[in-house]
Amino acid sequence: MQIKLTINDKAVKWDVANDELLADTLRSHGLLSVKKACDTSCCGLCTIWIDGKSMLSCSILSVRVHGKKITTIEGLPQEAEEFARILSAEGAEQCGFCSPGFIMSVLAMKNELVNPTEEEIIHYLTGNLCRCTGYMGQLRAIKTYLGVA
Amino acid sequence: MKSVGQSIRKIDGMAIAMGKPVYTEDLAMANALVVKILRSPHAYAKITSIDISKAESLEGVECILTYKDVPNQRFTLAGQSYPEPSPYDRLILDQVVRYVGDEVAIIAAVDEKTALLAMKKIKVEYEVMEPVLDFEQAIGHSSVVHTEEDLSCNFDIGLQKDQNITSSCHEEVGDVEEEFKQCAVVVEDVYYPQAQAHTMMETYRSFTYLDHVGRLIVLSSTQVPFHIRRQLARALQISSTKIRVIKPRIGGGFGGKQTGAGDIFAAIVTLKTGKPAMIIYDRKETFSCTTSRHAMRISVKLGADQDGFIRALDMQVLSDTGAYGEHAPTVLGCVGHYTLPLYNKTRAVRFDGKAVYTNKMPAGAFRGYGATQGTFALESTVNKLAEHLKMDPTELRLKNISKVGETFLTGHGVRLGSSSLDRCIAKGKELIGWEEKFPSRDVGNNKVRAVGMAITMQGSGIATIGTASAEIRLNDDGNVTLLTGATDMGTGCDTILSQMAAEILEIPMEKIIVNAGDTDTSPYDPGSYASSTTYVAGAAVVKAAEELKGKILEQGAAFLEVTLQDVEFNGSGVRTLSGDQEISLAKLAELTILGRGNLQLVGYVTQGCEVSPPPYVAGFAEVEVDRETGKVDLIDYVAVIDCGTVINPNLARIQAEGGIAQGIGMALYEQVRYDEIGKMATNSFMQYKIPTRKDVGKVRIEFEESFEPTGPFGAKSIGEVVANTPPPAISHAIYNAVGVREHHLPITPEKVFLGMKKLI
Repeated sequence: MQIKLTINDKAVKWDVANDELLADTLRSHGLLSVKKACDTSCCGLCTIWIDGKSMLSCSILSVRVHGKKITTIEGLPQEAEEFARILSAEGAEQCGFCSPGFIMSVLAMKNELVNPTEEEIIHYLTGNLCRCTGYMGQLRAIKTYLGVA
Repeated sequence: MKSVGQSIRKIDGMAIAMGKPVYTEDLAMANALVVKILRSPHAYAKITSIDISKAESLEGVECILTYKDVPNQRFTLAGQSYPEPSPYDRLILDQVVRYVGDEVAIIAAVDEKTALLAMKKIKVEYEVMEPVLDFEQAIGHSSVVHTEEDLSCNFDIGLQKDQNITSSCHEEVGDVEEEFKQCAVVVEDVYYPQAQAHTMMETYRSFTYLDHVGRLIVLSSTQVPFHIRRQLARALQISSTKIRVIKPRIGGGFGGKQTGAGDIFAAIVTLKTGKPAMIIYDRKETFSCTTSRHAMRISVKLGADQDGFIRALDMQVLSDTGAYGEHAPTVLGCVGHYTLPLYNKTRAVRFDGKAVYTNKMPAGAFRGYGATQGTFALESTVNKLAEHLKMDPTELRLKNISKVGETFLTGHGVRLGSSSLDRCIAKGKELIGWEEKFPSRDVGNNKVRAVGMAITMQGSGIATIGTASAEIRLNDDGNVTLLTGATDMGTGCDTILSQMAAEILEIPMEKIIVNAGDTDTSPYDPGSYASSTTYVAGAAVVKAAEELKGKILEQGAAFLEVTLQDVEFNGSGVRTLSGDQEISLAKLAELTILGRGNLQLVGYVTQGCEVSPPPYVAGFAEVEVDRETGKVDLIDYVAVIDCGTVINPNLARIQAEGGIAQGIGMALYEQVRYDEIGKMATNSFMQYKIPTRKDVGKVRIEFEESFEPTGPFGAKSIGEVVANTPPPAISHAIYNAVGVREHHLPITPEKVFLGMKKLI
């Protein structure tokens, strides 16, 4: 069926299959920052925003986002780059495969939580797995980004 | 130094962090055939009939291949230098399937739905055989995993296939039994380090097509492009000149991608159909149809004299290599190679090991490569020895560790070139607060806190086998191109190798183009494994840069019409010592290539690996154990590292933190498990728990630099050694907390609880 939606501030009409997952739809339209890595909705790599809220695009049928506003990291070049620079300065992107989804979660957290504690940061981001870094460098980057010690 | 020693960000960092299309799947053609694999539901069976007619007739199915359609040439998927020590024991598809998940048929279709529908329409009948599931029962089992006559080895690895023995090794110096009799204290124990899954975030994948001259092009998420080329040539029975393997950005490896996975299936589809093809292993296949760390049983016996000098060491290993022998002999050997040299006050040492076939997923290379398992066993025993000697475990180490300039019993006279392990131990003690916290203290509320420790070593490259070539060209515009076969898998080696070249050539990093990991254009390199890249490839880059610098000076002197002794190079150009004449690098390059020089300047070096200098880690854990439930919280982990000179502090720190986290996973959470019919029970992140950011506690890394005389700028390796200390250090801390010595990893709350109740 055809769905109408907004992708990174651009109105589009896409034909999608009834059983198509949003992550696949996004990738097929060239939004290749969206990665799939677990098949069980628990790694966070496919994190995007729907109407400003971070969601797992592997767990939503594309037909369900008709009329919605979708944001991927491609749609946030400045905001994402600001944090990506800090992350990369720590060396905490490592293989980079989990970074786009992780960055989308971090930016969403910044919008949602006011002056989060370390515990709140860790809790908010638990669903974003990373096998390279051991998470400490990511935490350092977040603290620098949020300006907390 | 301007570049080396600086925390320069990764040259690809922003692109990968921002999700640019630079990984295998991103680069594949949209019309690539989708390749799927029909896999065995049985742990051990022979295919008696296979009917593909209904599947083949489906619209959109391009090709279906069974064991009848593949070359009859056995090979190994282990990515190792030729001649590979791993046995040639597999076919692309075999009539016999040896584990649940073994490949039965290859299906290629225009899209995933069609491929999966076709898979369902393939009818297979099996003659089911009794599998070998318990590796401790494998030797002499009534079932033999490999009976085929054409299984072969490149050299004697101690294989006895009728006994299910994949490989054996034995090393002995001195009379161990006699020394034990002389010892005042003798301790021994048996340890079971488990199979662990790599769980790199990017699963295995490969995209293949034929180029304009009909060559097979393979884009692969691999750590070993040159080995994949050789593997494909042998398995497909085509010339390696017909194959080009390109490694794009890859989403983690941890040794997993040192073993071939889907490349062979996509490649054969492209060869059969002439069409582009792509295979992507889903997470379930990645868990259950690739490789894991070798599960082992390790017995260690240690003897010490009254003063606490370790005089006799005996280690016996049984390693479960699963259905195929990828990395079986080498991982087995490394259990000893990377543990025995730690302590050199010994008078007798014995190491005996066997790797066995079972009907489970093959084991393979995994960061640490046997050292991780061996460290858990040896260091746990050393901690036990310290207790029996009534010595502080850190003091026992300081008394027994090998020092610079010394040899060790099984080391063939090679002297230790660098070590700051004593300083690592001292620093670690200070950071964790050892003096105040060892062994334990009650913190109330039924909880007790305790500390534990362990030390470890690894190698840097493989002595006498490791090699790397590097080429640095001065381009027509005065910039340089660095060509290397080293394989950046997120580790940052493209960056640190550039840092080294920039340092020697005294040019900024921006003037260096890195081209790496392409078998057509890169000089030969085995790939990124065995902790080789910084040490071996780094040394090649340094020497190639020095060679190029020498040629630039010669060319500069010729253009300035003065002697070589009268000129110097300052990164931007060549000038006379008196400073009155100068030619810029750009002008020199232009004249050299386009003008009267007639020779593009190139530095080209092949670097061998005479020795494999060990990096060291002293690891300290502080845990809090709940006496009521057995729950263990990791409060603090301190790792102090000697990797020689640190080339890029931030990248080294991240490598270390990530390795420690994997070790924490191995110590407390992770285990590849099978059910009673041999089917993997942990084939998703829902059953196989890797640490989340809530599970790692606080990890602190410090460096105690040494200077390795054979290393580039004094550097040694760091990639693997960092994974080894958590299992023994955390296990030690738990013992100090509640008196439970758990030898089966991972140490779950259930095991701690039952241990406290003395129920196991």
